[in-house]
Amino acid sequence: MFVKKLRNYIVCAAVSLSALWSTSASAEYALNLTKGVTPISREVYDLHMIILYVVTAIGVAVFAVMFWSILHHRKSKGAVAAQFHHSTVAELTWTIIPVLILVVMAIPATKTLIKMEETTSPDMTIKVTGYQWKWKYDYMDEDISFFSSLNEESNKIRKGESETNVMDHENYLLDVDNHVVVPVKKKIRILTTAADVIHAWWVPALGWKRDAIPGFINDNWTYIEEPGIYRGQCAELCGRDHGFMPIVVEAVTEPEYLAWVEKMKTQPVEINPEKLYATHCSTCHQANGQGLPGAFPALAGSPIAIGPAAAHIDIVLNGKPGTAMLAYGPQLSNEELAAIITYERNAWGNDVGDVVTPEDVQAAR
Amino acid sequence: MSEAVSHEEHHDDHDHKPSGIGRWLFSTNHKDIGTMYLIFSLIMFFIGGAMAMVIRLELFQPGLQYVDPQFFNSMTTVHALVMIFGAVMPAGVGLANWMIPIMIGAPDMALPRMNNMSFWILPFAFTLLLSTFFMEGGAPAGGWTMYPPLVGQLGDGFPFLIFAVHFLGISSIMGAINIIATVFNMRAPGMTFMKLPLFVWTWIITAFLLIASLPVLAGAVTMLLTDKFFGTSFFIAAGGGDPVMFQHIFWFFGHPEVYILILPAFGIVSQILPTFARKPLFGYESMVYATASIAFLSFFVWAHHMFTVGMPLTGELFFMYATMSIAVPTGVKIFNWVATMWRGSMTFETPMLFSIAFVVLFSIGGFTGLMMAITPVDFQYHDTYFIVAHFHYVLVTGAVFALFAAVYFWIPKWTGNMYDESLGKLHFWLSTISVNVLFFPQHFLGLAGMPRRIPDYSIQFAEWNQISSIGGFVFGVSQLILVWVVIKCVRGGEKATDQVWEGAEGLEWTLPSPPPFHSFTVPPQISDASAH
Repeated sequence: MFVKKLRNYIVCAAVSLSALWSTSASAEYALNLTKGVTPISREVYDLHMIILYVVTAIGVAVFAVMFWSILHHRKSKGAVAAQFHHSTVAELTWTIIPVLILVVMAIPATKTLIKMEETTSPDMTIKVTGYQWKWKYDYMDEDISFFSSLNEESNKIRKGESETNVMDHENYLLDVDNHVVVPVKKKIRILTTAADVIHAWWVPALGWKRDAIPGFINDNWTYIEEPGIYRGQCAELCGRDHGFMPIVVEAVTEPEYLAWVEKMKTQPVEINPEKLYATHCSTCHQANGQGLPGAFPALAGSPIAIGPAAAHIDIVLNGKPGTAMLAYGPQLSNEELAAIITYERNAWGNDVGDVVTPEDVQAAR
Repeated sequence: MSEAVSHEEHHDDHDHKPSGIGRWLFSTNHKDIGTMYLIFSLIMFFIGGAMAMVIRLELFQPGLQYVDPQFFNSMTTVHALVMIFGAVMPAGVGLANWMIPIMIGAPDMALPRMNNMSFWILPFAFTLLLSTFFMEGGAPAGGWTMYPPLVGQLGDGFPFLIFAVHFLGISSIMGAINIIATVFNMRAPGMTFMKLPLFVWTWIITAFLLIASLPVLAGAVTMLLTDKFFGTSFFIAAGGGDPVMFQHIFWFFGHPEVYILILPAFGIVSQILPTFARKPLFGYESMVYATASIAFLSFFVWAHHMFTVGMPLTGELFFMYATMSIAVPTGVKIFNWVATMWRGSMTFETPMLFSIAFVVLFSIGGFTGLMMAITPVDFQYHDTYFIVAHFHYVLVTGAVFALFAAVYFWIPKWTGNMYDESLGKLHFWLSTISVNVLFFPQHFLGLAGMPRRIPDYSIQFAEWNQISSIGGFVFGVSQLILVWVVIKCVRGGEKATDQVWEGAEGLEWTLPSPPPFHSFTVPPQISDASAH
């Protein structure tokens, strides 16, 4: 069975290798760059194909000469070595021709790059903030703000806590709890920054990625032409769960977008301590509060979690410099922080019994 | 050096080797130190290779099967550090130690005690680095590029990482100083610079790159250290610092470092192709100038490693044009190698096979490098498996294949015995086929959207990852053949002649095989008529 599978792979490898150079063979085995859904992503795709054809042509020409030589100029065929070792004409030729090719390549590349950096006069602005290991989206014009992290099913599968076979989960590791909903045919400015370490926000269908760096705000833009769901991932190593903070952009028509904005603004903020803990704390301290020995401390039975509330509030508000423990003060509301801290002090055998109120948190700020 | 005359005389009383472990611990002999460098790098090649096997095993299928994501990140990080600083660089220095003195007619390296020290620092440096696996917080897992702020989250291993890098830098700088001092002062009479074998030329240029770039790395990691322990904020945004500044400083070292790894490989291939084509190297002078241009340009292209950090448009344009321009001297080298083979009288022993594979596969890595120079498209390629495929083509089928070629080319000279040609060919064919099964599909993965440095992936990437892993396992196992060939050759075999290869020219081939412990104690005379 394995042999048969292997043979299938070899056949598929051979077919795909020969198909790499044809533009049509992209869908089935995902061999090539996506064309994407924005004017820029299409220009990027075209540049990619041009340079791919150029280097392929050069490669075929050079290797053809080389292999012709290998076949014919071999001692076993009685070839006698020539003794030439210099030709100014040849050397000038193979210096000047590549220079000309590069100049021709640089022109369209420069044009596209200038367009990509033209971020002025957007129709709307979204700020994307990278966290270990989730994204936060702020709609600057709408006062909408939410976190987006790996959806529950993918998270369970990767932790071995689900019955579902990984191959049966269509968007394994590419699905999130909250989509970034945007309207089509609008110039959207996307600001990227980060709260802890460097991340990179990448949706291939938009044609670019950009680093999200603490202390910096990078600006980019996109103009999505077709409604649809476009998936991406963090592209800059950001620690243990770098591979588990996907991005899902949902492009919808203008009326649908307005309806979504309305819904986001009117729905009450739900405070569910267990869910908040799962979103913000469990990647490190784990759902069972045991942490990961050597990397992240346990909360169950920890001196801070069962000691005086003031120290507990302080570490959650202000983080612990030099470690992965983030300051959650700027991220979460007093209500959310109070709920999380109260939960941590009373779960997994921690039995302090006290209740931290939003007022306590406010007082500690 | 066809007219080179060896004045080697046999003073057996001068050829006594120190006995016991002291011969190796206190060695000042360039051949023994070269041997130790080469053995050390082979060991590190297998340690780094074992980590690569863990990576490919975890990526064999989607889902997390074998290792924790944090340990996976340690594997990718330490694999890179071990392969770059433990395998490829020491192998290059080992070859330089062995070959440069006997290529230029010198009795030994200019600074033999420093030579001893620069080697013996390495085992200590790697003990520091690898000991972090047993520490609280684990081994470095923030990538070999050590970007802050992530690198600051490393536990007790952090200062060990920094000091290991310091030691490795000191070792390499000492090696570089030694090579420069040797070539500038100890050439045989008549051995002018434009008569030096190309391997020597590429190593002089590499040595200057090392001296210019490694102190920059030392500065960068020292700033990381003070940021962590002494309250500075060089790279901490909250304290007014700049995390991107680290990347600029790191890659100002990092790009020349790429050429430190590949230039000696260019030199090796430029020795081997003429030998087996039985024809002089085409365009010797343009090869020297092209190598020097590549080295010079390497200091002006560093930011192409970080196009996505958000530079000003003018900065992006400058680094795009500068990077594209490197393709010109690199192209000159490829064309010259092909012209060297053209109308030669070629035979295809293992060193030649590896060199031809180098020319083809390094070029593929060069082509993808040119693709990534196009900044707008690099915004897609950056930090995906496309770049992983690219730098493994230039470093594995480039630098490492050239090192394999060098071992097969010179081992008859080192040991006095011919290696087993059938085993060598088996090693070549298995390696060349499997390495392409390993790395070529990674181009597809990257283009299809798979980021690098992830322990688990979406199911659309499953097929190519499985194929790549199979290639990886075969490639890993194939390297045991090399060990077998080397051990077999050291223990005996058909006796090698002084010249070893029919087309071999140069001073090293005038010495007996193996050369005496002390060679060229009286400098040979080089005639004016000698060819390169």
